[in-house]
Amino acid sequence: MTTLSSPFAGSLRRRRLPKWSPWAIAAGSLGVSFLAVYAGGLLGGGPVLTIVVAALAYMVGLNIAARVVEGKRAARNRVASSLIYSAFTLALLPLLSVVWTLVSKGVDRLDGDFFTHSMNGITAFDANGGIYHAIIGTVQQVAIATLITVPLGIAAAIYIVEYGRGKLAAAIRFFIDVMTGIPSIVAGLFILAFWVFVVTPVFNDGRAGYSGFAAALALSVLMLPTITRSCEEMLRLVPDALREGSYALGVPKWKTVMRIVLPTALPGIVTGVMLAVARAAGETAPVLLVAGGSNSINFNPFSDNQQSLSIYIWDQAGAASQYAPARAWAAALTLVGLVLTLTIVAKLLARRSKLR
Amino acid sequence: MNPPTLPEADPQPPAPIGDARAGVTQHRSATGREPGAVDLKRVRRLGGERIFRWLTTGSGIAVLVIIVAIGYFLITKAIPALQANTSNFLTEKNWDLEPRPAFGIAALATGTLITSTLALIMAVPVALGIALCLSHYAHRRVATALGFLIDLLAAVPSIVFGLWGREYLVGPVQGLSAWLHKYLGWIPIFGSDGPYGKSLLLGSIVLAIMILPIITALSREVFSQTPTMNQEAAYALGATKWEMIRTAVLPYGRPGIIASVMLGLGRALGETIALALVLGATFSISFDILGIGGNTIAANIANRFGEATDVGRGALIASGLVLFAITLVVNTAARAVIYRRREFRSTL
Repeated sequence: MTTLSSPFAGSLRRRRLPKWSPWAIAAGSLGVSFLAVYAGGLLGGGPVLTIVVAALAYMVGLNIAARVVEGKRAARNRVASSLIYSAFTLALLPLLSVVWTLVSKGVDRLDGDFFTHSMNGITAFDANGGIYHAIIGTVQQVAIATLITVPLGIAAAIYIVEYGRGKLAAAIRFFIDVMTGIPSIVAGLFILAFWVFVVTPVFNDGRAGYSGFAAALALSVLMLPTITRSCEEMLRLVPDALREGSYALGVPKWKTVMRIVLPTALPGIVTGVMLAVARAAGETAPVLLVAGGSNSINFNPFSDNQQSLSIYIWDQAGAASQYAPARAWAAALTLVGLVLTLTIVAKLLARRSKLR
Repeated sequence: MNPPTLPEADPQPPAPIGDARAGVTQHRSATGREPGAVDLKRVRRLGGERIFRWLTTGSGIAVLVIIVAIGYFLITKAIPALQANTSNFLTEKNWDLEPRPAFGIAALATGTLITSTLALIMAVPVALGIALCLSHYAHRRVATALGFLIDLLAAVPSIVFGLWGREYLVGPVQGLSAWLHKYLGWIPIFGSDGPYGKSLLLGSIVLAIMILPIITALSREVFSQTPTMNQEAAYALGATKWEMIRTAVLPYGRPGIIASVMLGLGRALGETIALALVLGATFSISFDILGIGGNTIAANIANRFGEATDVGRGALIASGLVLFAITLVVNTAARAVIYRRREFRSTL
């Protein structure tokens, strides 16, 4: 925008509050709030209430000042802006608080012993014990779930983008979106009712078989829609000119998809898969229902109960031992570290993708 | 001026772009009419094409099969437990299995609705504020970085939020509860005079924080898709920034806002572990949000699963079936809203 430098410009502009006035109003309202609430004990006092009252006083003050000088519309504009910015600050508070609590409480037990030992034989009076068995479980379950879901999800996405016509494709697309919203606990109940109680008793002398594999199946149900959706988006971004060029050379459609379309969309697909993996690694409810949980190391995901990081936190959060909270926080810090690393790497990969 | 219409002598419709097989067949019929043309018969129909098509179609259908299977297996496992139930499943408040099974979802469903509603009331205004801040207020580079932070909030596992809520947030919320009761105690929902702790209020706050990033992500996308023309037209008519947002951005994004709120609701209804950790797990229908108490369908499943017998598991599966049905309705409605506007479909 060009600034008007004509001598008449000043008369065309409406009167504005000087630039320092919001700061002055902020300082003023903070001072008033401090005197009334913090020192005076209005409404019970306290530092949090002081800030809340100061923020409200700032908005009222700004509204009045702007209304007098600039008019009603500008006043409303200023109040809306400050509300929007304060909404943002409000949302950052829990994030910072979670991170701070996690780190400050989690580092106590974050030592070599914690990562190399299981909870086997640890009683309520033992301070040690670790997450080795839980890490094994989480890694195996998420890896199996990824192996199941990635081919299925990519194939479903290829169907939707490249082959799907008519009502079937529309229905599949719609229900993939709906499936994204299935609560994780329902996925766990489904695998419980289907795999643990109906399928495994056939191989297991009629006993229900809780296992890491069942957990992987439940995670697959959760990952499938996420991966399919992100893969579908990526395939749609591949320019049609690439496909047409390939067809013009006489390459059949399936080879075009495998050799041209998929490689072009690959970075985006990898990002989607990593985000889905990160989400699955943090899931607790479905794993809790079908993996059974265990205190000892179990390398075999196909038989017997298995632990995972998230169930470990759940167990320790409910355990009656004075050492359990420290273990829960350290495991939570580990889990968040794992999940956030995956998420951040995935987002950075997405930024480097050429298709965006 | 106008070019003549296509000669009617050509019986072949133009082959759809992107369908190689159609192109091949067209060639064949063409060579059939002209004896002197190059023989293209060596392009045989590959088995690979057919196998690939069937594989991908099968994968697509697998999604539908899974949805149907979820309903089927939940129903078959729930029926025996419901038959053993000696009470009305829909109106019974308690969840007793001994000495005889008498369980119902009245209290659980009420708790689920209360926590989700309160969470939405707290989260939606803040989330829309953040979305507007990211799409229209903050500097582009700042917005990218801050949007990244909000996305990280979405990545934190729910068990961690539950742990944080139970170990840390419970203190501040106790203080807030006492304050609300002291100054606003005449409102029935703030009527409880303690003890405070694992309450519906705590659960709703934790839930609100968890659904905040979901609502923010979708509505930010929708807001930033507002056509520049609409925005500049509003400015050209002399609108202030807020008036521009109210007249151009919000009306354009309304379906997206509705959909994002419903998706947030779907997530709130199904949230399990965080609420299992921060709610008092009582079985009463109470609109008092400050006192210890509260329970939801999902949290009850996680809390009761460990001790459950066969009938107990069936009962939990039955309650899960109700949850599945509710979330299916909510999500289908949200998706239907999104699908009415094609341009929003790619956002989430």
